[in-house]
Amino acid sequence: MAHAVTLPGPADFPAWRDAARRLLGAQVPPDQAEWRIEGEAGSLFADAPPPPGSAPAATVPRAFLALAEVAIRHRDPERFALLYGLLWRLTHGTPALLRHATDPAVLRAESLAKAVRRDAHKMHAFLRFREVETHSGPHHLAWFEPDHYIEEAEASFFLRRFAALRWTIVTPRVTSVWDGEALAFGPGGRRADLPADDSTAALWNTYFGAIFNPARLKPGAMRAEMPKKYWRNLPEAAEIPRLMAEAPARVAAMVARGGTAPNPRPQQPRHLTPKPAP
Amino acid sequence: MDIAQKLEILADAAKYDASCASSGTTKRNSLKGGLGSTEGSGICHAYTPDGRCISLLKILLTNACVFDCAYCVNRATSNTPRARFSVREVVDLTLAFYRRNAIEGLFLSSGIIRSPDYTMEQLVLVARALREEHGFHGYIHLKTIPDAAPELLAEAGRHADRLSINHELPQAESLARLAPEKNLPRIRLAMTGLHDRIAEARDAQKTARRARPPRFAPAGQSTQMIVGADAADDGTILGTATELYAAHRMRRVYYSAYSPIPEASRLLPPAAPPLLREHRLYQADWLLRFYGFSPAEIMAGGSGGMLDLELDPKTAWALQHREHFPVNLNTAPREALLRVPGLGAKTVARLLSARRHAAIRLDDLARLRLPLAKILPFVVLPDHRPRLLEAAGLRRLLLPGTAFAQAGRPVQMSLF
Repeated sequence: MAHAVTLPGPADFPAWRDAARRLLGAQVPPDQAEWRIEGEAGSLFADAPPPPGSAPAATVPRAFLALAEVAIRHRDPERFALLYGLLWRLTHGTPALLRHATDPAVLRAESLAKAVRRDAHKMHAFLRFREVETHSGPHHLAWFEPDHYIEEAEASFFLRRFAALRWTIVTPRVTSVWDGEALAFGPGGRRADLPADDSTAALWNTYFGAIFNPARLKPGAMRAEMPKKYWRNLPEAAEIPRLMAEAPARVAAMVARGGTAPNPRPQQPRHLTPKPAP
Repeated sequence: MDIAQKLEILADAAKYDASCASSGTTKRNSLKGGLGSTEGSGICHAYTPDGRCISLLKILLTNACVFDCAYCVNRATSNTPRARFSVREVVDLTLAFYRRNAIEGLFLSSGIIRSPDYTMEQLVLVARALREEHGFHGYIHLKTIPDAAPELLAEAGRHADRLSINHELPQAESLARLAPEKNLPRIRLAMTGLHDRIAEARDAQKTARRARPPRFAPAGQSTQMIVGADAADDGTILGTATELYAAHRMRRVYYSAYSPIPEASRLLPPAAPPLLREHRLYQADWLLRFYGFSPAEIMAGGSGGMLDLELDPKTAWALQHREHFPVNLNTAPREALLRVPGLGAKTVARLLSARRHAAIRLDDLARLRLPLAKILPFVVLPDHRPRLLEAAGLRRLLLPGTAFAQAGRPVQMSLF
């Protein structure tokens, strides 16, 4: 008889761990366990609830829990079953499974975790706050579209970095709010609901254009690290087409001009003494 | 001049410094006050179309400079427009961009104005204001002026995560010719001074009895060499780099291909070196630091003192030393695996772990998504023996992206 587990959320690791412990205690093999998320339809034939927890907790390597906690945030619908399959093998004769670096299931779980970590890293990198004035002071707002279920986990990154600010991060699935005292999560929002960008954006775009070296155009290297899907939420990316289009002519002009004559009035220490304040 | 115009001039003037690293410093966060965090790994917040990462706000305090280094757009006799930020302006820009989550911190450098001490003092004032007035926990990289007073350097190291002094040209002769005010022995002396303080602070941290041992540039020091502005060959550059790593414990040596600059000096070569040359030097640098290669071994893969531009330096070395191959992936020691073209340090660690449990076979390599066309001519597996190792045409087969390399792939295709 198959057992169905319904998890309260798409990346609820404690709930998955508790359910997996119960299934393991009742010796339910991986092919007899069905995983779903609350609100999803399940198969008609797998409605037995998971057996009650009575068996002693199994010991598994800490590395497995670390891997599972990250991999479970992947949007792959098979992730719960994949991880339970690994847990089953770890506790049924292959305790060193994670060191089998070429095992297909281990590789699969590692690649899910890697994709989640990359998604988180890109969120840390490419999320941009804009500042708005509210009756209780400045508030920082951001819109981001992650690929995986990482919002709750990554809110803590922004908390560690910006505990002194008040901020809200909106994604299609979750709104995370830090009011200076507590972190709260609510339903997601829409990009159009966010206010227009602030004045720092224009200054940042100026910097983006000025730090670019037109003599070393490598757009492939740029896109490998900053794929186009992120561009629509990065105001500076709007500068990219112009910078690329102008680059060849700028370089040609520099080369055509060649070496220039030394300035007859070179910089000298005495020229640089600041003028006295008026 | 408004702030945007200053930013445009002073970022443009800073872009020839290749470093933008924000990793490897102490872990800090703002949960107990202040602004910002560092968590070990660096973050690249954007990429420009030159493929370079933007991690730090990289600017000069001023591009006015009394030095006349021929390779530099900001040299005293350049016709470039000049600007100068106030300390307050740099602090405000850094904080505004940081709160936007657009940067990890600040990389501040400056032209030499008035005196080395005065210039260094201005840089230190920015770092001090960020740390002490604003509780800034983000990353700070300060360019160090070699001749500045010891107490200024001590304060710079207290506030900064990283300090750097650029070597700029790989040989003393060209430095004397192209950068007359710079003095190589004094630069090296200053690097030694930084190294001593960094090591001292690190040891004090380890054996700390007091609550807070003095802090000094926890992310160490780095330097940069310009490639292609003088006649130094790759062997000379890598020799200097090896010396810098050994003598001064550099965390990184950056290589910056000389690229056409506006207002170029007539002392410089008109043509830029190929960007690929810079790339090969970085690959060689990696082999020096993480793969157990000596500079002489790496240079043996090239010819006439230059690295092979067509092949990565490890493959080039392997082709010249076929007597070391084939390597048995199931029995060879780690050092031998690290010398196999196409195998990186992480992959080697995985293979060592996997082979304790079961023999590594061809399909294991395919599942790890490794570059088989590059690896297979040099390795032995239970179900694979290289046939081409003696072939004179092996080099052509290994050239990336050629019809020959494509022709070498049927072995790989049949695996899937």
